[in-house]
Amino acid sequence: MNKKLVLAVAPIVTFIILVIFFWFALEKDPKKLNSNLIDKPVPDFKLSALKNPERVYTSESLPNELFLLNVWGTWCGPCHIEHPYLMKFSQQYPVPIVGVNYKDQTKDALEFLEKKGNPYSMVIADVDGQLGIDLGVYGAPETFVVDSDGKVRFRYVGVIDDRVWNSKILPVIEQVQGYPLEQVQKDAAENDSEGMK
Amino acid sequence: MMKQLIATIALLMSLQAFAVIETYEFKTEEQEQLYTDIINELRCPKCQNQTIAESNAGLSEDLRYIVYQQVSNGSTKREILAYMQERYGDFVLYDPPVKPSNYFLWFAPLAVFLVILIAVLLKVGRRRIKPEQTGTEEE
Repeated sequence: MNKKLVLAVAPIVTFIILVIFFWFALEKDPKKLNSNLIDKPVPDFKLSALKNPERVYTSESLPNELFLLNVWGTWCGPCHIEHPYLMKFSQQYPVPIVGVNYKDQTKDALEFLEKKGNPYSMVIADVDGQLGIDLGVYGAPETFVVDSDGKVRFRYVGVIDDRVWNSKILPVIEQVQGYPLEQVQKDAAENDSEGMK
Repeated sequence: MMKQLIATIALLMSLQAFAVIETYEFKTEEQEQLYTDIINELRCPKCQNQTIAESNAGLSEDLRYIVYQQVSNGSTKREILAYMQERYGDFVLYDPPVKPSNYFLWFAPLAVFLVILIAVLLKVGRRRIKPEQTGTEEE
């Protein structure tokens, strides 16, 4: 009698365990790797500014407040998709975005920013890609949330659109800062909500 | 016969050696061997399930170049693997370290095997006993 019960329950238990496993597997994108830099400082670098090759940037040049570090290149298709969102976020929120122009032609990058606008407070020209390697970049665009102590707190691989911004980036920023982020341009936000209707 | 065999083996080995020098030149054969070992043990973070030796993604090319540079500068295998692990995490290592976050990876197959083994042993044990038991019941 007992044995029958075990035999009846075993497949159901096994099934439930598998469902739990697959459920978590569904949630988790295997292409998204955890960054090894979390809670570590941004790696040291010494690279020139995209706009002025004579100006040298190091980790000292990075903002002393919370900022986003966005790795991009004109060769990277998804970066073109992400760009308008970055423009919008840079106008709406008081969070500086530092660009790392990764393995790009400086001329193309400058042209791109000239034509489509520049969401970045500064752009580091990582021409040979060493900073990208040190950041563990494997698929541009990648965005790092860096706190006011210069430590990496979060990394997102892929395009940041409204959904990702609201569900992933904004909560992390607010959690790291400890208070909600106020929008700079209330008007733009209102326009957006009107657009929703 | 023996001579032919030796000649054949020698020929095969020399071909293998040629295949290794495809892009980079090394000072010594040891360095070349080290380079080949390492690029076959690193997983490409971009194109998963390929080693950086197999992958022709831009990132793999960059990583191969870094391995080449470090090997040429006399870095050890352990140093180079640590360099990669520091940047890309355990994921890049095809031979991940045994540590708490990887315990599942290492020991789950063993656990499943043990469970099955125990189940089978119990089943087999019961089968042997059962006829006797039913026999006594009938009596």
